[in-house]
Parts: sequence; C-alpha cells; structure tokens
Amino acid sequence: MHRLAQVSVEIIDQCVAQGVPFAREYGGLLDTRSFGGAQVQRTFYARGQTGQQLLLGAYQALERQIGLGNVEMNSRHEMLELVIVDGKARGIVVRDLVTGEISTEMADAVVLASGGYGNVFYLSTNAKGCNVTATWRAHRKGAYFANPCYTQIHPTCIPVSGDHQSKLTLMSESLRNDGRVWVPKAEGDDRSPKDIPEDERDYYLERIYPSFGNLVPRDIASRAAKAVCDQGRGVGPTKLGVYLDFADAINRLGRQAIEAKYGNLFEMYERITGEDPYEVPMRIYPAVHYTMGGLWVDYDLQSTIPGLFVIGEANFSDHGANRLGASALMQGLADGYFVLPSTLANYLASGPLEKVDASHPEAVAARADVEDRIGRLLAVNGDRTVDSFHRELGQIMWEHCGMERSEAGLRKAIDEIRALRDQFWQRVRVSGDGEGLNQSLEKAGRVADFFELAELMCIDALHREESCGGHFRAEHQTPDGEAQRDDERFAYVAAWEYTGTGEPSVLHKEDLKFEYVHPSQRSYK
Amino acid sequence: MNLTLRIWRQSDPTDKGRMVTYPVDDVSPDMSFLEMLDVLNERLILAGEEPVAFDHDCREGICGACGMMINGNAHGPQRGTTACQLHMRQFSDGETIDIEPWRARAFPVIKDLVVNRGAFDKIVAAGGYITAPTGSAPEAHSTPVAKANADAAFESAACIGCGACVAACPNGSGMLFTAAKVTQLSLLPQGQPERYTRVIGMVDAHDEAGFGGCTNAGECTVVCPKGIPLNTIGRLNGDYLKATAKRGDTPGT
Repeated sequence: MHRLAQVSVEIIDQCVAQGVPFAREYGGLLDTRSFGGAQVQRTFYARGQTGQQLLLGAYQALERQIGLGNVEMNSRHEMLELVIVDGKARGIVVRDLVTGEISTEMADAVVLASGGYGNVFYLSTNAKGCNVTATWRAHRKGAYFANPCYTQIHPTCIPVSGDHQSKLTLMSESLRNDGRVWVPKAEGDDRSPKDIPEDERDYYLERIYPSFGNLVPRDIASRAAKAVCDQGRGVGPTKLGVYLDFADAINRLGRQAIEAKYGNLFEMYERITGEDPYEVPMRIYPAVHYTMGGLWVDYDLQSTIPGLFVIGEANFSDHGANRLGASALMQGLADGYFVLPSTLANYLASGPLEKVDASHPEAVAARADVEDRIGRLLAVNGDRTVDSFHRELGQIMWEHCGMERSEAGLRKAIDEIRALRDQFWQRVRVSGDGEGLNQSLEKAGRVADFFELAELMCIDALHREESCGGHFRAEHQTPDGEAQRDDERFAYVAAWEYTGTGEPSVLHKEDLKFEYVHPSQRSYK
Repeated sequence: MNLTLRIWRQSDPTDKGRMVTYPVDDVSPDMSFLEMLDVLNERLILAGEEPVAFDHDCREGICGACGMMINGNAHGPQRGTTACQLHMRQFSDGETIDIEPWRARAFPVIKDLVVNRGAFDKIVAAGGYITAPTGSAPEAHSTPVAKANADAAFESAACIGCGACVAACPNGSGMLFTAAKVTQLSLLPQGQPERYTRVIGMVDAHDEAGFGGCTNAGECTVVCPKGIPLNTIGRLNGDYLKATAKRGDTPGT
C-alpha cells in the first residue's frame, strides 16, 4: 500500500503526458471530484469514462512499441495452459481463436494481466469475454489462489429486466455525487415516483449514514439496497431496484451542469431502459463488479510459481476485502507501469535460465492436455447449451455467495455446483469443431473453469467465519446489521493450494500485520 | 414480437457467403439487439446448426467490438448507439431485419458478422500516440491546458474504434477514426512535438491499410455512435497540409 501510494502520483503525470484528456478546471489545472468511500474531492477523472480513457492511453503507448518492433501483438489468441519447466514458469499454450491452431510460446518469464473473475456470476458488469481461465490454469499448476470469496458488488447498476439478460451495465459511481438514493417509505407502493410526496420517501442512505450519506462505500450501499428490497420497498417492474434521483441536483445546478458531468451515462441509461433520467429517477440495483481475490503474489508481484508474475485485477493484492472507488485503475497502472518493470528485470537478472523450446517434454505434455480438453468438450454432444449452464451457475453463486452468505447457503451451493458440473460434462453441447472460429467452444472451456473456481469461492467463504468488506456472513453481524470482523481469528490472507481434481484444496495463511493503522469496526454514520 | 432475420453467413474468409433467413419468435422489446441474437444462437445450437458468429465484449457501448450493419445502417436505426445498446423496442412486430458485417476492403470478414479491424491498430501504431517513456513524465500541473481545449480533445477521444465510419463511407475511408485521434492529440500541449510527423504517419498507414480516400460525404459522422464531428477531418486536413509543406521546406527529413 505504501508503494502504491508513492507511485500513484506518477500515474497521473504519466497519463497526462500520454495525452489522456482528464477533466480540467477553468484555470487549466486538473479537476478532481469525490468518490465512494471518501469525504474529500481527490479523484482525477475524465467525465464518466476515466477507465476507458486510461486504457486508450495505455493502448496507444503499446501500439507505439508495436510500431517500433519491440512488441509482437497476437490478438484473438487465448491462453489455455501454463508450461512449467524445473519449477519455473517458462511458457504458455495458446489457441488462435481464428484458425483454431494450438501453439506453444516459450519464454524466460510469464506475466498474467488477465483481469478478474466476476463473470462466474454470469451476470456482472464485466465485459462478456472476461474469464478466469488464464489464472485458473496457473492455479492448477501450483500458483496459490488468494481470498477468492472477496467479490465486490457495485451498488449503481441498471436492474435486470428479464431472463434474456446477458450482462449488467454499470452506471458510474460518480453519479452518487449528485444523485440521491431513495425508496418509498411504504411497502408495495406502486405509485409513479413523481406521485410520491417528499415526506413519503425514504432517503435511506442519508438517514442511516448521515456523515457519508449517498457516498458510503460500495458494499454498504449495495447491502442497504438489498435490505430495502427485501423489506418489499423495491421499485420498478421486478421490485429489485431503488431510485437514484437527480431532481435536486438539476434544480440546484441546472440541467446543463448535470449534462456536462454525466451526459453520456444518462444517454446510456435511456438507451437501455427507454426512460429519460432527466425526467424520471434512475432505477439502480447492485451487481457484481470486481473481484478482490486472485492469484497470490509477493512484493515483487510474483506468484508462488517462480517466473510467473500476475498484475492488476488478476492478482489479490492491495484491495483487501473491499476495493474503494478508482483504485483498480490505480493498481493496474501502478503494477504495469512502475512495479513490474523493476521486479521482472530483477528476476531475469538472476538468470541465465536454461534454454528450452516447445519440444521440451513439459511443453509437449501441456499442449496435449489442451488438445485433450478441447476434444472432450466437443465429444459430449449433449442437449444443453453452454450459456444455459453458465446462467444456472451464476444463479447459484448470486443466491448463496453474493451480497450475503451463510453457512447453510454455502454448503448447499457447493453441492449444487458439484452436481451441475457433473451435468455439464455429460450434457453440454458445443457446436462445430476445433478448427476455425468457434465461439461456443471458447465459452465452454471458460465455463468449465468457472465451475471449479465457483466451488473454491464457496469453500473460502465458508471457512471465513467473520464479515469483512465485500464478504458478509449473515451469522456475523453487529446488532444494527453491520459487518462483524473477527481479527483474532481471521486477520490473514487465505491462499489456497490446488492438490488435484476432486482433492480438497489446502489452506495457507499469510498473517496480516498492521504496524501503523489497526483494523477496527468501520463506521460511516 | 415475432421477427424475420436475414443474416449474412460466411464460414471463413474464403467462403463466398450468402444471406440466410431465420424466423425468431417471442422477442421481448427489453432485449438488446445482441441478446436477441443470443436467443437465436441458443436455438440454432440445440437444433444442431452452427450459431451466428458475431463480435461483442463490453455490451455497454464502449469497447467498439460489436459493429454490424442492421437494415443497411451501421449499428442500426438509432442515432448515437452501438449495436449492443440498441434495444428491440426500436423495431416492430413482424419486421424483417437484414444483418450484415461491415463491408470494407480494409476490414476482411473472418466469419459471419466478424471482421478483422486490425487495420485501425496499424494506423495508431504509425503515430496515434504521444511519446512519453514511462517514468519520465513531467509533473502534470506544470503545463496547464485550457478547459476549452481539454473538452474538445475529450470529445474526439470518445472514439471507440468500432469502424462504423468506415462501413458507412461510400469509399470505405477510415478518415473520421484517424482524424479523431489526430484532433485529440493536436489539441493538447503534450501532443505538439509530434504533431506533424503524427499526421503524416497516420494518413500514410491509413492509405496503406486499404482504406479509401475521404470525399467529405459525411456518412461517417451520422452513424458514429460517439458523435465524433465531421470538422475533425477538417482539422486533420489542415495539419496534413502544414505537415507536407514543412516537409517540403526541409528536404531530406
């Protein structure tokens, strides 16, 4: 954290130098705004698309290196296996998604920057292509998976509209700066929001958390939304939603000011729901957004496999049990721009490493594993689609390993996941063959890995008998319903070691030592 | 809603391709266009047929992957909207919808609706960046940027590289994409040192990649889901003219 805080200042300098168009004040200096979990304005931003603009800045810098011939880019390729030689990560097996060709790339080190695993829930704010396969394959080869149950449920997403739903859209958290969250005071109040008078509305975040109000951290805002919906006070056709109302902000600042700040988000909302948020309050509901867990790494971002480095959301570092706004961008850019270049070079300097090529027995075996797996997926030829399994897995996870978890629920989920996984390998239908572009084959491999991950997430959630951050155990809450920590027993990182298919994973504990700031019960009241 | 879809099917780059008709019943107006295609694909898979391949990723209008021609319009009938953000309430019961891939020489079809937009990467690699080696950046506040310029740069930076501009252009030109990046970077003080080499590099790469020339037809800006204005191309032309003049002034560079 200390290092992250140090280098984070340079991130902004770096991105500004690359031409990322951050918001500016009239004096020409960078503008800042407040964000969830913070009571001061200290977050730099680029309208509602800061992440997108930072990504484009990095993409342009990468394209420059490609143009210079320093980097070779293989787009539309997917890593399906890690190659380990003499205990060190020495390569990967990839499938060319266009031709279907399987090939092996050997190297002195491997860096995974493959993102998080939120799509295990099927519905999430992640892009559809996000998956756990790269990190899960590394986990199966010996890299410990840390804190898999720490998932972040984001409070401001557009609610689900029906069974056909394929993904959930995040409305940037910045909206909570100016929007006020409310539900009707009465249960089952079906009136249109404009017909509900002020004194019959419950601005529940402002009521329960007067000092942070609508800007409480994400986990608290999410759970509060679930709580009011569980009380029967949810809004919208599914009753799984709460209002995010901009009427006050529009009256105070004018429609133009709101348009300048959030125009693109309001437009996106209207496209999806067919409702105009300038006139009718937005409806929002929590959705899976980020996974704090990931492959365990040391201070050098190296996993438990020497030579395998993991950066960004794919690793477990920096965010503990609950990430705060803007810090995923900070971590991803810090890891990639400023930490890895030093630590990776240090590892390479410890060489030279023995020369190996794709004919090494370990590389040949890894490749054979990949081919065998693809063959097995294609051979089932059953009667259910990959998506139908994925959707069902997601429902189990959302129900039992989502915003609130309990021992009974988690035990039930583990049984259900195992049964469904068996069904998957007997009944899945993957159309086409291994040659050429085959999107159902791609999905099938990813869902097979999600099944294994899902079970480990539930095991981790079950073993952690406390509530902390994004992990809320129903049995462990304070009398007023807040997360009840147990630092006596659980102040550690849970790093799980894979020991074989069907074998129980082995838990390794890395104790958390707090030298300056000591953990305590949070209060946002 | 019940719909009839006519979809371009092409098994690989060498296949000639053809339109194939599929009826789709029970479409909800709340579905996105891609979710409607998901429903079709689920049925095709269970019927033992090959599902329709199409690119998609974020499904919230920011990654640029999902472009397709819908009834002859890039991204479909709704202005300022990507295909993934287009919802079925824009269509009516009983309608026949034609769905085709981007048609442009620089974007060869890989399969069905999937095209290779790698030519855009080549344009960016030829100058669509600011050289700023990591760790050497000056303090961000040492160079103020006028708010008006920052806002205008942002407007161009909103480009998601989807390729709709190319697909809509009668010449298959990628000039709006190129101009958006040129405009963003040339409006910022950080982009000045490379301003003129950038525009020449990018325009040359654009032409080499097989994009057509710009004749100011203006179709591009109409279909652009991010509303990139046509005047960015004017700015590009201005910079290009100055750049070639400068190059002429100093022979040998």
